[in-house]
Amino acid sequence: MTLTEKVLARASGKAHVQAGENVWVNVDVLMTHDVCGPGTIGVFKREFGKAAKVWDPKKLVIIPDHYIFTADSMSNRNVDILREFAREQGLPYFYDVIDDPNGHWKFDTEQGQLKKQYGKSYTGVCHTTLPWKGHTRPGEVLFGTDSHTCMAGAFNEFATGIGNTDAGFILGTGKLLVKVPETMRFFLEGELPAGVMAKDVILHVIGDIGFDGATYRAMQWEGPGVYGMSMDDRMTIANMAIEAGGKNGIFPFDEKTDAYVKDRVQENGTKSTFEPAEIDQDQKFIYDKVFDLSKLEPTVACHPDPGQRKTAKELAGVSLDRAYIGSCTGGKTSDFLAFARVVKGKSVKIDTFGVPATTKVVQELKDTQWDGQSVWNILESAGVRMTENASCAACLGGPVDTFGRMNTPLKCISATNRNFPGRMGHKESQVFLASPYTVAASALTGKITDPREFIG
Amino acid sequence: MSNTITSPVYVVQDNIDTDQIIPAQYLTLVPTIAEEYEKLGSYAMIGLPDDAYPTKFIPAGEMKTPYKIVIAGRNFGCGSSREHAPIAMGAAGVEAVVADSFARIFFRNCVATGELYPYDANERLCAKIKTGDVATLDFDADTLTVNGTTYSLKPLGEVRPVIDAGGIFNYARKSGMIPAHS
Ligand code: SF4
Repeated sequence: MTLTEKVLARASGKAHVQAGENVWVNVDVLMTHDVCGPGTIGVFKREFGKAAKVWDPKKLVIIPDHYIFTADSMSNRNVDILREFAREQGLPYFYDVIDDPNGHWKFDTEQGQLKKQYGKSYTGVCHTTLPWKGHTRPGEVLFGTDSHTCMAGAFNEFATGIGNTDAGFILGTGKLLVKVPETMRFFLEGELPAGVMAKDVILHVIGDIGFDGATYRAMQWEGPGVYGMSMDDRMTIANMAIEAGGKNGIFPFDEKTDAYVKDRVQENGTKSTFEPAEIDQDQKFIYDKVFDLSKLEPTVACHPDPGQRKTAKELAGVSLDRAYIGSCTGGKTSDFLAFARVVKGKSVKIDTFGVPATTKVVQELKDTQWDGQSVWNILESAGVRMTENASCAACLGGPVDTFGRMNTPLKCISATNRNFPGRMGHKESQVFLASPYTVAASALTGKITDPREFIG
Repeated sequence: MSNTITSPVYVVQDNIDTDQIIPAQYLTLVPTIAEEYEKLGSYAMIGLPDDAYPTKFIPAGEMKTPYKIVIAGRNFGCGSSREHAPIAMGAAGVEAVVADSFARIFFRNCVATGELYPYDANERLCAKIKTGDVATLDFDADTLTVNGTTYSLKPLGEVRPVIDAGGIFNYARKSGMIPAHS
């Protein structure tokens, strides 16, 4: 069996499953957020009754992160709906924006977008929060009401996005019917050259198979190239399985996974036992291809979809209005450090927005010192507009007052994961997806730029 | 109940993602609240670029679309998992989408909610049919007839009874998978 088949077999209590089979699986973790949570709760109450209790409060994780720092009253209300539900159900894992369990969330526009406006329990973007707070474990099944839930596949689990109705079903039953996907294997060899990042790997692969090339399928990553990668890098790659239409992305288990997960579950007191899925000798793939990492170059996905692949070099000189670094894919500490390495001591030429994925990233950037200066300061001194309000922000446009949102038809280079028309705001704007290095180099020149010009 | 619908069709091309079906700023509407459901419908397909799609899906000042059938190219409904997408289309009055192919989560959400019938076409209909053409979709024969030509569609198979029942909850109750409403 492939890794995905193994996890699904175990979760459905079977010795063996194969691609194409429909199986009922027991859910280990369900995640929802402020955009889909209220609707999911609505479905749950409609179907199981007003007094219904969720199947297992410890397996439900609720993370407000999408439309938080906005004056839009409906968005603020949606965070209140989550709080009320968490209180009513006694949920231990609700990462609220404010600390008062009886309070109401209201964004204060007077204080502006940059200064922190959240309490102690707030975390930021859901997919980056899940591993940090100890909710991702090898061998488990994770569903989330968000398409990038597949990011947790980096931790050797089956993780995928679902809609509100399916999530409402899980809330009541703890189970879901899933079709076992066929698996495509991506076998990585060699090492990434200087200036090339995990983001380039996934943009390259999506360009290769087309952005519906993995529809209904699992993307399994293997090979020595994978073991050389950090957990952050694996997350970047697993995150974008959905940009190729994939059902999930999944990585093998190794010491890095083990150390990362053990550390996080211990720190947070979450469930500490898990059973990784090991690689079988006998696996059936519908696609199997070797990629040599040492041949990859800084890669860009052009408007209007993540499959429009070009190298940064080919696009050299394309002029830009804006640069953006943030999101689950591109707003981790390692992404900002890469970005900072390029812009340190220089000045950006175009409007550049920095939105850390989580509040922990904010803290780490402030705590990390380079030559006596914090990375946060280095970024600000280079002219990057850094906000402490970790969230999805303009990655998906959002309400009009969202930080970094494009309200006019601009051209933006972004470390995020999706560039369909209108994704970051205005429907005639254009988004180019690239690695933090490439976004940084392009911010410095105002044009799409191969970052190797700046990295020795 | 008649198993056909006849309606003018709305035709879109490849890779229509859920941000175009229902842009992110409207996701503050909660679909299980009745009036917000109606409102979501009134914004269906509002993210389509105007130059490529000069005909409005929902006429100005209206809440519903005159197009009960949408014809699409490849990978319809890709991108975000928002269930708001099939719901907005269903709330606007769409009953079926006939596409070259669907993105997985969108397809699944159509079935789970029972809002829309997602039909796979056997040939590239979005190149042959124009917005405003009147078509008849026959759910029993799995055919679409338009401008005098009848095109066969891939049968819906196991998902049909789920959508007929009005989504997975009704279906699960009917088949005894979960207990009936008390
Ligand atoms: S950061 Fe962007 S891609 Fe990630 S969960 Fe938020 S909106 Fe989705």
